[in-house]
Amino acid sequence: MSQKSAPYFTALLSLVILGIGCQATIPKEALKMDGATMEFRKMQARRYDTGDETKVIVACAGLLQDLGFNIDESETKLGLVVGSKTRSAVDGGQVAAKVILALFGGNMAMETDQRLKASIVTRKGGEAGKEYTMVRVTFQRIVRNENNQITRLEPLNDPKQYQEFHSGLSKALFLNANDI
Amino acid sequence: MKLNHLASGLLGLSLLVAGCQTSQQQLLKTDKGQVELRRMQTRAFDTTDREKTLRTIIATLQDLGFVVDKADATLGSVTATKLKGYNLIMTVTVRPRGEKQLLVRSSAQFNIQAVSDPQPYQDFFTSLGKAMFLEAHQVD
Repeated sequence: MSQKSAPYFTALLSLVILGIGCQATIPKEALKMDGATMEFRKMQARRYDTGDETKVIVACAGLLQDLGFNIDESETKLGLVVGSKTRSAVDGGQVAAKVILALFGGNMAMETDQRLKASIVTRKGGEAGKEYTMVRVTFQRIVRNENNQITRLEPLNDPKQYQEFHSGLSKALFLNANDI
Repeated sequence: MKLNHLASGLLGLSLLVAGCQTSQQQLLKTDKGQVELRRMQTRAFDTTDREKTLRTIIATLQDLGFVVDKADATLGSVTATKLKGYNLIMTVTVRPRGEKQLLVRSSAQFNIQAVSDPQPYQDFFTSLGKAMFLEAHQVD
């Protein structure tokens, strides 16, 4: 590096450090509801025509097992069951990119595994004779690369996966799942 | 020779810093005073229905994009995690206050830091108050 560019480099470095410092505080919108709140609720929740919350939560636990999840936590008094599983996160595209990079003497850390989590919450509602149980499921994952570094911390928001989960649950319950 | 001086200087400095504080001391360290922290993290609600309050807390956390990790009706606690490029963990507890009220306290951790700014807690209680159809009272 030339003598001239050294101060610029230092300035840039301190800016980068400052930038990291800024990111380290909680985003303003982190604990606020927004326009997407209702949309996500609709996507994640369904109403089942039964007032038997216990039956629903037992079916949820069974479905988690069907899908290869281990049950981590449950509190039936509050309608909660939580499961997780660790699976491969190897992506064909990344493998190809790594091979191409290697040909040019480069290297990149490939994503190798992911911890997937599902949390199901049930809630009883309605009046006598017209009782129902609401079921809301939420998914998230943590992805790591071959150096064991975390590469992604994210919610899973594909509507198809939520639909699939609820159709599995309605089959397990022999009940129709109604959109809310 | 010059480099040697620099190296020993740096070593001395690092020892000095190490003497001041070890990372073990993080264990019982807080950013704010106990009273101030409790004040910003706690609100009172005019209800005695613990189970309904806990269920509303769970629903509010889900609305805010959290995945609920644990809940305990006996202890009156809920813990949830929000992953969105960051890792935000929140624990909310419920306990009675007198005959007619419940105290709700929330504490949050953002990545590797405690959240000690009052605004995020205020935002959480605003959402919770709406879901409870009750006003969140400041506790002094």
